[in-house]
Amino acid sequence: MDLVMLSRIQFGTTTVFHFFFVPLTIGLALLIAILQTAYYKTGRDEYKKLTKYFGGIFLINFAVGVGTGLVQEFEFGMNWAGYSRFVGDIFGAPLAVEALLAFFIESTFIGVWIFGWDRISKKIHLLSIWLVAISTILSAYWIIVANSFMQHPVGYKMMDGKPEMTSFWTLITNPHAFIQFPHVVFGAITTAAGVMIAVSAFNISRGFEVKIFKKSMLLGLVAGIIALALTLFIGDAQGKYLVQTQPMKMAAAEALWNSEQPAALSVFAIPDSKTHSNKMDFKIPDMLSFMSYSNFTGKVVGINELQAQEVAQYGPGNYIPPVGTAFWCFRAMVYLGTLAILIWLGAIFLFWRRKLETNNKVLAILMWTALIPYICNSTGWILAEVGRQPWIVYGLQKTTDGVSATLKPEYVATSLIGFILIYILLIILALFLTFRYIRLGGVNSNHQINDEKGDDIWC
Amino acid sequence: MVLEIFQVLWFILIAVLFIGFFFLEGYDYGVLILLPFLGKGDRERRIVIESIGPFWEGNEVWLVTAGGALFATFPGWYATMFSTFYLPLFLILVALILRVVAFEFRGKLSNPKWRTRWDFGLFLGSLIPALLWGVAFSNMLKGLPIDSNFNYTGGFFNLLTPACLLTGIVGLLFFIYHGGVFLMIRTVGDLYDKSKKAAIITGGLTIIFAVILVFYGLFAFSARVNLIALGCAVILALLLIASLVLVVLGRPGLAFLMNLLGVFFGVAAWFAAMFPNVMISSTTSANNLTIFNASSNLHSLIVITIVTVILLPIILLYQGWCYKTFMGKITGEKLHY
Repeated sequence: MDLVMLSRIQFGTTTVFHFFFVPLTIGLALLIAILQTAYYKTGRDEYKKLTKYFGGIFLINFAVGVGTGLVQEFEFGMNWAGYSRFVGDIFGAPLAVEALLAFFIESTFIGVWIFGWDRISKKIHLLSIWLVAISTILSAYWIIVANSFMQHPVGYKMMDGKPEMTSFWTLITNPHAFIQFPHVVFGAITTAAGVMIAVSAFNISRGFEVKIFKKSMLLGLVAGIIALALTLFIGDAQGKYLVQTQPMKMAAAEALWNSEQPAALSVFAIPDSKTHSNKMDFKIPDMLSFMSYSNFTGKVVGINELQAQEVAQYGPGNYIPPVGTAFWCFRAMVYLGTLAILIWLGAIFLFWRRKLETNNKVLAILMWTALIPYICNSTGWILAEVGRQPWIVYGLQKTTDGVSATLKPEYVATSLIGFILIYILLIILALFLTFRYIRLGGVNSNHQINDEKGDDIWC
Repeated sequence: MVLEIFQVLWFILIAVLFIGFFFLEGYDYGVLILLPFLGKGDRERRIVIESIGPFWEGNEVWLVTAGGALFATFPGWYATMFSTFYLPLFLILVALILRVVAFEFRGKLSNPKWRTRWDFGLFLGSLIPALLWGVAFSNMLKGLPIDSNFNYTGGFFNLLTPACLLTGIVGLLFFIYHGGVFLMIRTVGDLYDKSKKAAIITGGLTIIFAVILVFYGLFAFSARVNLIALGCAVILALLLIASLVLVVLGRPGLAFLMNLLGVFFGVAAWFAAMFPNVMISSTTSANNLTIFNASSNLHSLIVITIVTVILLPIILLYQGWCYKTFMGKITGEKLHY
């Protein structure tokens, strides 16, 4: 395998893995802050228990998120030196601001929160979890500003073949960021809500602290339904926006080879990149025009026409991203997202009728539903990044030009294998510890010294 | 002219961020390297870990910030440096991941074997970066085969020259000493005595090796030696001696401050020796990266300057508050990790 492909696989793997842990922590920090606020306002012990219980899950995931996040920041320079030199003028700024403005607050006050339970005033302690929650969301904004420049470059002018920043303000008010940011953040809240629902369902179904976990179930369902509805709604707007700014990505995501007017929506298809056609294509007439423009008559430009356009604009080359990957990542995200919201709507109806806590089948379904947001987070980002290929910065630099040119492929192979092995180990351990923690009902063996009995937040 | 002022300013600010990083994360490394030697039994080990518990995450962000600021202000430097040190940085990343999760995972099971393994993870995860930072920075000082596209053309083993390994060892010894001093501040009784003993041993070794390095460095890095850098190195050696004397006298707080000054002069020596270069090519000086050809444009530099000038004092303020709140002696009644 060549250097570019190895570097791409490594960046993709480490990013997807990093984003396994991050959305949960973004969303869960907010939900924990809400629970702790309820405790602060009411002084009722059940909210304190829930805060500590979900806090334990948060901390396991936060640790892995921090460790894997460092890899992301270093990899730009390590594997993508060409890219870093090309866009450093612009791309580095939001990363630096993220660290100064958000990550510092987050990391300092998570320590304050962990160690502050009995040592600082309740008010300051509550403030510290809110600072963590707000700064994780701020953090996401700056990272997305950076990513948005790769998707839709703004605020620059070309000087000696390189983009130079002309307006920081334009960079951070990139319309792409405005639309991607809420999509990602509500997706993160959905992820955390899904976990909260699943954990509550597990405890309710085994009859453990049912009264308390019905509260977190309700919080999870309400937060999950609102956040997921907004994620889907914004996702739709994002699709319409991308038809304008990155038509090739959307055409690939829809597996639309030839331009159509009005365009039909493929519900299920097997795209074939060799023949530029779809095998087994089930379509809804006119629907894609509606999805793209909110009317049933608009022309949607297909992959072949876009390819010809880009050749005319950028010179000879293949400008078509992997269509099958884009199409199915998009389908998985939309279909599974819709499925999750239907399940949760059903569950909240049962909850309202007081039938949820006795219905073990539905509770079991709710536990499995927690997987859906994870799949959607990953497929969404794969669509966003793979759908941009062959560009690393859309229209400005190709991925093949972004790599660290003199890096030895065997070094990248070494680190790739190393990262994969470590990450597999990490995921097994994190899952094992999280499940064990949930199963034991949050008994904190942290406070045990070897085999002595530790303290239990439930007694 | 305005651009040059900002380029020099950022050369200094990058140094400031690395001073913050080495001073703060430095004692984290040291404490965890000392962990297997000082902590006998689970209770003592947990006190050792607890000593840095509320701070280590905030400390690590200094590295994230230094990396981000380097990317933003000197993208050319960031790109060449990070791709040059590909495998060392990979090892550092693996070590840091291991360390981060070891903190969170070790206490989750009460099984002694499980805990011993993660303690080893904390140890190894600190030892590797503590050694490699010195190796990396001395390599930049020595000069590396860098081509006209500013790409490194050598391999991993070219980085392991005697002078650079010696610098790595001096850095490692200093971090261990620094951690020992920090533990003296945080502990009482038996652990305090053991920390003091460890600090005296490693402090003495640091001074011996640092003096050797200064003399050896005169030859190994001869092309880079200048009066300011040499002056800083001599002050550093004197500060280390002062720090060690304070440790012997049982004044770890003051010794800790001496170490801050020591890190300041150590980093200053490096930056003074490099100026205005940031990556030195051993093939031809035409391929050197300097603060003038590796930086962002003026607009970008001004933006980052404004953000930093506003936020850095605030960060120092709340991190300072965090230290003030949690810096007391650990009695070991309630432990988190």
